[in-house]
Amino acid sequence: MAISKEKLDKMLEVYPSKVKKSRKSHIMIKDGCETQTIEANTRTVPGIITNRGCAFAGCKGVVLGPLKDMIHIVHGPVGCAFYTWGTRRNKAKTEDPAKNFLNYCVTTDMQESDIVFGGEKKLMNVIDDVMEEFNPAAITLTATCPIGLIGDDMGAVAKSAEEKYGVSVLHFNCEGYKGVSQSAGHHIANNVLVDKIIGQGEKEQADSKYAINLLGEYNIGGDGWEIERILNDIGYEVVSVMTGDGSYEDLKNAHVAELNLVQCHRSINYIAEMLETKYGIPWLKVNFIGIDATIETLRNMAMYFGEQDLIDQTEKIIAKELSEIEGKLEQYKKITQNKTSFCFVGGSRGHHYQGLFAELGIETVLAGYEFAHRDDYEGREVIPDIKIDADSKNIPDLKVEPDPDRFRLRIPEKLYEELKAKIPLSEYKGMNADMADGTVIVDDLNHYETEEFIKIFKPDIFASGIKDKYVVQKMGIPAKQLHSYDYSGPYAGFKGALNFAADVSMSFATPTWNFIAPPWKGEPLLDGKIEKGAE
Amino acid sequence: MLDNTTKEIRERKSKGLINPAKTCQPVGAMYAALGIYKCLPHSHGSQGCCSYHRMHLTRHFRDPIMASTSSFTEGASVFGGAANLKASIRNVFTIYNPDVMAVHTTCLSETIGDDLPSIIGGSEVPEDKIVFYANTPSYHGSHVTGFSNMTKGMVQHFSTATEEEKKEQVNVIPGFVNPGDMREIKRILSLMKIRYIMFPDTSGVVDAPMTGEYVMFPEGGTKIEDLKDTGNSKATISMGLSASADAGLALEKKCRVPNYTLNTPIGVKATDEFIMKLLKIGVSKVPAELEEERGQLVDIMTDTHFHFHGKKVAIFGDPDVVISTTEFLLSLGMVPVHVLTGTPGESFVKTITEMLDHAGLKANVKAGGDLLMFHQWIKNEPVDLLIGNTYGKYIARAEDLPLIRIGFPVLDRSVHSYLPIVGYKGAMRIVEMVSNALLDRADRDAADEDFELVM
Repeated sequence: MAISKEKLDKMLEVYPSKVKKSRKSHIMIKDGCETQTIEANTRTVPGIITNRGCAFAGCKGVVLGPLKDMIHIVHGPVGCAFYTWGTRRNKAKTEDPAKNFLNYCVTTDMQESDIVFGGEKKLMNVIDDVMEEFNPAAITLTATCPIGLIGDDMGAVAKSAEEKYGVSVLHFNCEGYKGVSQSAGHHIANNVLVDKIIGQGEKEQADSKYAINLLGEYNIGGDGWEIERILNDIGYEVVSVMTGDGSYEDLKNAHVAELNLVQCHRSINYIAEMLETKYGIPWLKVNFIGIDATIETLRNMAMYFGEQDLIDQTEKIIAKELSEIEGKLEQYKKITQNKTSFCFVGGSRGHHYQGLFAELGIETVLAGYEFAHRDDYEGREVIPDIKIDADSKNIPDLKVEPDPDRFRLRIPEKLYEELKAKIPLSEYKGMNADMADGTVIVDDLNHYETEEFIKIFKPDIFASGIKDKYVVQKMGIPAKQLHSYDYSGPYAGFKGALNFAADVSMSFATPTWNFIAPPWKGEPLLDGKIEKGAE
Repeated sequence: MLDNTTKEIRERKSKGLINPAKTCQPVGAMYAALGIYKCLPHSHGSQGCCSYHRMHLTRHFRDPIMASTSSFTEGASVFGGAANLKASIRNVFTIYNPDVMAVHTTCLSETIGDDLPSIIGGSEVPEDKIVFYANTPSYHGSHVTGFSNMTKGMVQHFSTATEEEKKEQVNVIPGFVNPGDMREIKRILSLMKIRYIMFPDTSGVVDAPMTGEYVMFPEGGTKIEDLKDTGNSKATISMGLSASADAGLALEKKCRVPNYTLNTPIGVKATDEFIMKLLKIGVSKVPAELEEERGQLVDIMTDTHFHFHGKKVAIFGDPDVVISTTEFLLSLGMVPVHVLTGTPGESFVKTITEMLDHAGLKANVKAGGDLLMFHQWIKNEPVDLLIGNTYGKYIARAEDLPLIRIGFPVLDRSVHSYLPIVGYKGAMRIVEMVSNALLDRADRDAADEDFELVM
């Protein structure tokens, strides 16, 4: 079922005119014959029931939270620390379990007096307690909304704590009101990681020649581990992961990698770009979701390094992985094929999962991102055209220079240009290019539109998050959480695709859908029976 | 698992928290507001607040939790959130069309000092629609305080004494409990044949049935005319000092409805007190059905006492629930040795300590504490059973303890929000949970030769 422009227009009619104008620019019906643009990374209209979160969520919740060997102190009232404590499934393990702090949640728990008189002293005292209890090598301080308003100088506290303890104390001014979504927080976190952690290590060279960093992989449900397993089998050295199962210790030496892989473009592309400028490390847009995408990614990586042994080993591992899942997808496809989906996730999965859905015979008819920018939709070529509004201006853009000692071209410029024509080297073409004509692309999809688009398209499955999951399921439509994976996973790589297929087909096959209508509804209640001899 | 938690309890320099046992006010306010029929809670702050609260509530209830946000930006934070709230009010009624919008504040809007009554007063609210508010600064109290403040806000905005004589009806404020508990309290009130108004009442809202159709504003929730009519009731029973008393007292002050604050009716004693209060208020008798339930409960407690008598328990959670549950543990002959709430307030410590004194016991008791300290207590004095919300599972694993999940939030188990822990039936359920946890543990730990069929 497709949607016409007129129908879309009618659907938006319920909105007050200003809201309608705004929302219209965030929705497009894909038409490959036209040059289409979409509005993104602009304010959500107040009162709209959005899925979006805030800058703090993007900074502490997404990028910093998974760094396992740091204590993350949240400076503010208790809530923000509480909600980012163990809620995102960014798994981590350490050889010495005492070096994994992810099960600890630390907050200054600001009280009214701290708001009135300032919370710097309390913050310093909390650092003292943290050093006494945990003695971590590094600490992050993240700001919640009131901090910027009352003017607490976290930088000064961080500096004096560093002097006092000789450990790294990083502060992030990621107050929730900054920017228009989590995206602002990603940027703030990216800046500090490049400025204060990456490059602080003493390593000048990686241990092996195929050294990579994996960026924008948060190890939800163990995705990162599954990717790393495959990469290690091929012979890659994973120097650091940003940031799933990531660590301060590994991050310090991330500058030695030969290539950065970018999984989630939205949340981490700033680091990828800055590392290219500062150290000369090119980045490759990768996608480990879906079998074809994983194979393509692995081949692109091999092509980048260009050595025959690596290319051969890549093919060998691809064949091995494929043989291990061979024939196993079919049983699930019997259930999943010829179905349609909505795929609305954060900043990359809205795109990545479409391929995996397609492999299961599920066509994505509507997709979108919660907090992406135009380049995530239209490709990086639009970046120069994106107008910087007041909300983006508030997020500092860190300008880096080539490191005089450590900048090194990883590959000759000529080869770089040749490769660029073949593989997405320092390039992301965005989601829209991969979507079929007539499909709908929606930025910052909201509750009203969710309901309406479902009525129009009647998708078989809705892939989104926890806040709309049960809304959709109440309608009798399976909803698959693609932020938390419904507590399952991994979904990355070959075996992950199989897990995903099993979970998705389960959501169709569960007998529970059969019981929605009670038997006494829709059936005649008078059960007449003619007895013998009564006629 | 929690490998950095030491047995040694060091005096901490700050009053910060490590592994909190509370969260912030707005989530409680959002939950309370869902207990009004056709009400959309509105979070006046950054988008993240609303998102986090909806996330946590949705995970606890596994049902849609709808709420809107003022979507503050930096500009709003500097110049005030009036324009955002006004736009929100206009958009919410145009697009989602609730009957009521319940606005709560956040640490952001409280810090900048947005004056809600004047902003709402200056907003275009459609005829027959209502916008009311509660101040819920996140830097004071806890999620329970937020629930209390929103409930009190309902009284301040709606309750009106219009009749000369008070009606033969009681107001019941159930406190921060699950819809399953609210349903059970209502069932008891129906059995007692007394007309009642329960507020807030989230049953039918966050435990809505699967029908194949999504309804944004389901049938549950206290009706506005009932909320107004609370001013005409002859009494209010507010359950729980922390979550409900303030609303009951405000109603007493505003409409001269006598308020009786009782413990949340968890366990035999607290439920008895609830029934006795209803009798004193004027219900003529206890129905045989309820008396039979009570008899069954006491029968179970006696028949199975050897499963739990003398076992040591560590319990944490919200003050009202912990107070009543601790009391029930004492009634079962169990020994609470660590009792903690994250919500500040010394009355908690006083109440628990008095209970323990009465039973001739001593324990670690703290209000405003955190789970690091709680865990350290357990390391210093081990227990047989842990009771608390989902966050307790890390301690349970670290110390190899059975955990039963009571309280908010429960994020890793389901059905809990549908089934009561209040009333005699709820007490049976707690006995079952406690017994099963301990017996499953005994089975797991038994040597083959000691593994028994009958227990």
